[in-house]
Amino acid sequence: MQENDFTFVIDGNSVSFEPGQTIMEAATQAGIYIPHLCYNPEFRPRGSCKLCTVKINGHFGTACTLPVMAGTQVENATPELMEMRRKVVQMLFVEGNHYCPFCEKSGNCQLQAVAYYVGMTDMHFPMFYPHRNVDASHPDMLLDRDRCIQCELCVRASHDVDHKDVFGLAGRSMQTHLVINSESGLLGDSDFSINDQAAHVCPTGALIPKSQAYPLPIGERLYDRQDISVVGHHQPATEDKDHG
Amino acid sequence: MQAINYQRINHILDAHHRDPLQLLQILLSIQIEYGGVSAPVRDYISKALGVPLAQVHGVVEFYHFLSPVPLGQFRIYVADNITDRMLGNGRVMETLLERLGVTLGTPRADGRVFVDYTSCTGLCDQGPALLINGRPLTRVTPEHAEEIAARINAGEPLDGWPSQWFHVEESVRVAGPVLTTHTEPGRALQAAFSKGREHLLKEIDKAGLRGRGGAGFRTALKWRVCRDAPGKAHYVICNADEGEPGTFKDRILLTRFADAVFEGMTLAGRVIGANKGFLYLRAEYAYIYPHLIATLARRRAEHLLGEDILGHEFSFDIEIHLGAGAYVAGEESALIESLEGKRAVPRPRPPYTATHGYLNQPSVCNNVETFVKTGLIALYGSDWFLESGTRQSPGTKLLSVSGDVARPGIYEYPFGVSVQTVLDAAGASDTQAVQVGGPSGTCITPAEFGRSISYEDLSTGGSFMVFGRQRDMLEVVQNFTHFFAGESCGFCSPCRIGTQLLRQSIDKIVSGHATARELADIEETARCTRSMSHCGLGQTAANPLLDTLKRMRPLYEARLCSLDFVPGFDLDDALAEARDLAQRDDLHAHLTQAGETDHARK
Repeated sequence: MQENDFTFVIDGNSVSFEPGQTIMEAATQAGIYIPHLCYNPEFRPRGSCKLCTVKINGHFGTACTLPVMAGTQVENATPELMEMRRKVVQMLFVEGNHYCPFCEKSGNCQLQAVAYYVGMTDMHFPMFYPHRNVDASHPDMLLDRDRCIQCELCVRASHDVDHKDVFGLAGRSMQTHLVINSESGLLGDSDFSINDQAAHVCPTGALIPKSQAYPLPIGERLYDRQDISVVGHHQPATEDKDHG
Repeated sequence: MQAINYQRINHILDAHHRDPLQLLQILLSIQIEYGGVSAPVRDYISKALGVPLAQVHGVVEFYHFLSPVPLGQFRIYVADNITDRMLGNGRVMETLLERLGVTLGTPRADGRVFVDYTSCTGLCDQGPALLINGRPLTRVTPEHAEEIAARINAGEPLDGWPSQWFHVEESVRVAGPVLTTHTEPGRALQAAFSKGREHLLKEIDKAGLRGRGGAGFRTALKWRVCRDAPGKAHYVICNADEGEPGTFKDRILLTRFADAVFEGMTLAGRVIGANKGFLYLRAEYAYIYPHLIATLARRRAEHLLGEDILGHEFSFDIEIHLGAGAYVAGEESALIESLEGKRAVPRPRPPYTATHGYLNQPSVCNNVETFVKTGLIALYGSDWFLESGTRQSPGTKLLSVSGDVARPGIYEYPFGVSVQTVLDAAGASDTQAVQVGGPSGTCITPAEFGRSISYEDLSTGGSFMVFGRQRDMLEVVQNFTHFFAGESCGFCSPCRIGTQLLRQSIDKIVSGHATARELADIEETARCTRSMSHCGLGQTAANPLLDTLKRMRPLYEARLCSLDFVPGFDLDDALAEARDLAQRDDLHAHLTQAGETDHARK
């Protein structure tokens, strides 16, 4: 390996990188898709959904948090990893209450699109059917915790970009849940606005705008037209705006 | 309910300099005084500290011993480690619930009493144990529980209870160099000052000292990396969050060798160039806090802490932070998050603690026992240290022995000691299995009792739980698996959900509803949880299941039902809620199971 060698290997393909990049950033730049849900290039990586787990020189690690080192051998789309990612997506589905057939986010939902990508055809695990609270108190946005996967993208967006800290996680284990920064605990009593960045980052249908459901028919929605491996992290909200 | 005295809350806030980093310590003080941190108090604290309300709420709901609603004047937590169960904590709990007229996990109607279970309290050698308002009671019998209930029902404050009730024994059974050496405070520091810090670091390196928490990272390397890392300040952190079920050796070190612990921390401060150290004490050991505070005060008076230690140009002081009930806080980056007053969620790594620890500054985080050993090396040198142990695991190890043994307690042995030697010394007979290193460690059966306690063979932070022939090992596995499911911090999906799935699987097997398919499912879930989880908790949560499936598979097979297909749930039971709503419980409101039973018999 040479001193100014800025290449590493993903699934046998040599990929160049810029110093300081994470595996995810370098892969995305090279047009290689690594499945993810809690990662969004505009925010600090969190590394909690674990979907972007790859094998780095034989060791498991998250592509979104680990820096690239020259000469590293990274396994990404191997049967072993795809199988484990499928299991994690199935886990996310049984943990919450996800009702794709009539969910407004269907077709624009990263969770659903990633599920297709990893080849998920059933839930596999027993459903948890948790009791979770829906918060419809905000005039413009709906918070349905049934569909929350605790990725903390809204938490990060509200803290880093909006500087409002509207969201936070409370509890632990299965009781981990999203809480709102208001005395009543209701979104409507917080200073959250539909114009906040946090209103446009949810990868599932947990945080969605009101009064604009189903603007596009099935077949024309974001991931109906293109596979998530091509679309990548692009947000459906942006797409809606383009089409709206 | 006790009225909130905001003057008093202001006093607590002021005592912590209204510092957001002290959020957890402030919440703990309020919890102790008011039995909970209610919504108006959370709001008040949020405004006073400038911390978002959602964060205050998040912290309160994260830790087991903090509560978002007041729990009452008497808060009882019965330890529920498997060793407490083996010693009859179930009957103690039954007695308490009955005599106190309270439901498990719900404050009593009058709002004065709360009873719940909690994970291992580090009193496994004298269980069943429980904590009342943070104070431990050991060897509790149902008769004793009746007396406790009577005093609570009479509203008698804890200070009026017989003081011997709160006595904790420290049973040292086999003492080695750590437990027999009582060094005069300051001598290791003097040695370090006279020989220089580089010399000390080299000695620790030569001694091959490895972390006694279980992971076995080389101490000298950790200190060197930290020392060489640039930063605004360097920090020393002592991990006294001894949470692995079955471990209690740090409890004894903190009680009887607090000076040696603090001296080791001060040496680390000297080597890495730190002026500040933290000892993170698990909530269950809060009863040792006054002793530690007194020891720190005495050391300051003796110029072993504070400005110009022993007349040298070196300042160092130690602050004690209390935990609030979270096993995951034993993971060093989670511990640091907790030190900073946040939820104890492990950080992504790299960067590592040695370069980016407390406040993202270079920090050394070591186990209590490791710090004690650095002091001994400073005094007696590496050659002395290398006299015991094995080549890859030099020195001795403190083991916390509990379970089916005649003499539970602390055993100090050189590394390399065989499991059988420990069993013989502790008076174990007809042993079925030993859990070495706690639930996250290894479960071994008699064929392997010749194996050694060492980093190269059976690595352990000190937990050593013994199970006799009469024990139901699946109950043991169930206890451990529930432990992990309850202690998962919820940060990463494979651990948060995987530990629940493993819990469901073992419950299904124990209740006799599982088929052979369940065993295959466990292995699949385990592979995913182990490989993809963020930290050691998720990575080891399946160990109890996998170890016993490997070594005692017939125990599982005997519990499987022989049918090809069995519903994953009881359909009639699932309709209970509907019956409840309809206020019906007659025969027609139940499913006829007769046909299915007939079918099953064929």
